[in-house]
Amino acid sequence: MEQIITCINCPVGCRMQVCVENGEVISVSGNSCNRGVAYARQECVAPMRMVTAVVPVRASRMPVSVKTRAPIPKERIFDCMHALSELSLTAPIHMGDVVCADVCHTGVDVIATKTVE
Amino acid sequence: MEHFNGIPQPVDVLVIGAGPAGMAAAIAAREAGVESLLVLEREPDMGGILRQCIHNGFGLHRFKEELTGPEYAQRDIDRVRELGIEVRCGTTVLSVDANRLVTAVSREHGLTLLKAKAIVLAMGCRERPRGALATPGTRCAGIYSAGTAQKFVNLEGYMPGKRVVILGSGDIGLIMARRMTLQGAQVLACVELMPYSSGLNRNIVQCLHDYGIPLYLSHTVVDIQGRERLSGVTVAQVDERREPVPGTEKHFDCDTLLLSVGLIPENELSRQAGVEISPLTQGAVVDDTLQTSREGIFACGNVLHVHDLVDFVSAESFKAGRAAAAYAMGKRRAGDAIAVRDGQGVRGVVPQRLLRQDAPEAVQLMFRPDAVYENATLRILDGKREVLRQRKRILTPGEMVEVTLKPEHIAALSGGDVTVCIAR
Repeated sequence: MEQIITCINCPVGCRMQVCVENGEVISVSGNSCNRGVAYARQECVAPMRMVTAVVPVRASRMPVSVKTRAPIPKERIFDCMHALSELSLTAPIHMGDVVCADVCHTGVDVIATKTVE
Repeated sequence: MEHFNGIPQPVDVLVIGAGPAGMAAAIAAREAGVESLLVLEREPDMGGILRQCIHNGFGLHRFKEELTGPEYAQRDIDRVRELGIEVRCGTTVLSVDANRLVTAVSREHGLTLLKAKAIVLAMGCRERPRGALATPGTRCAGIYSAGTAQKFVNLEGYMPGKRVVILGSGDIGLIMARRMTLQGAQVLACVELMPYSSGLNRNIVQCLHDYGIPLYLSHTVVDIQGRERLSGVTVAQVDERREPVPGTEKHFDCDTLLLSVGLIPENELSRQAGVEISPLTQGAVVDDTLQTSREGIFACGNVLHVHDLVDFVSAESFKAGRAAAAYAMGKRRAGDAIAVRDGQGVRGVVPQRLLRQDAPEAVQLMFRPDAVYENATLRILDGKREVLRQRKRILTPGEMVEVTLKPEHIAALSGGDVTVCIAR
């Protein structure tokens, strides 16, 4: 199966043709350096993304901003957003506090990125 | 509230703005030994625009890790507090004059008059509004700058709409395309007038491609419909002269149009103080100590020129803070200035002047190319003599270029104009 992806390592933004078979990258073309190959191997087999969002805090005018502590599989982004929409948080929340442990069984915690007193 | 007696309060270094630029300048000034130091901030909190930039990717250069905006800001806020720097939030500066007499107003302190030995301008920038675009159509609700929408969603928890078109493909617009999508809106299109996006590749991939949002290059919005609320926009292709091509119109039913069409340094106060403004950067003309054309007034961050990365804003602002501290302590650097000029392919070099001195330090020259250049040569000329030459795989207007003039380069300059240019 051939996929076309844009490399994100530098402003050149090479458009690469990546051949994937049985979950493995067989060949990469269109790249102008080796960083493209490494990116294609990750991106075409197991793309990962950081998720950032805000979650309402009860009795607070301001929501709290949050992030996944590490990237999660790209196809789980909307599951993660759904899980966050069901949270009910109460102040005080401090930067770095875990607001949702092991979100959607990804093994990754969601933590606060600001403090709401 | 204190009684206003018309006698200015003396201060050694006054910083206007407590965003990343102002905080870094204040930290550097205090670390350089300035005791009498005051920061004025219009918003109720420190942190500037970083407070609403909840996405990550900040700090890779400065901290060697990827932080979100609020986390990056918090590191400077903590340092400002640790150093005991006085910051007055909720305070608007009304005027600055050439003698560094400053008028400010706040609920807490009322009208305040200040007289500073040195001032650091760190007011940041603001978004180009709809009015600057001359887009035809009705004046209905539902049209926001991307940053305004970002403030609603990320700081206040409101969604501005459900079906969204974004005009302009700057990074804030791209980030908001993803943000609105994740919050449940449908983003129908991102429309860019130029044949290339000014946003980072990473954002085009992770904010548009990831969610199947189409990017229409060489297109613009030619009509806006709706009475009370926006009901739709018409988009058309543009030719090389950026004129709409008849017959290429597409219609989108939408309730929200976000504008991400550029940033303008906020220099009203600088102009009042008589600071010379460059028509290219729309920021102050500065020397290599970041001093403006008005003695003792310095500028840094997005009020000086719009940066791509906050890391570079911080680095520049530390330098401005140190220079303002030195000036306030009477360490003046005088000397002939060498003009730095934009040559072929180059727009808005900062700094525009280099001060000649006995023991020069390295100077970073920053600018944007005027178009996309592949496999180009960057050259710095002293008259006709080549001072420095660098090969560049790619140069795009979306990425600021930084080139360092080493002390030996500066020491060898003839005193005539220096020109920065790009050769294909």
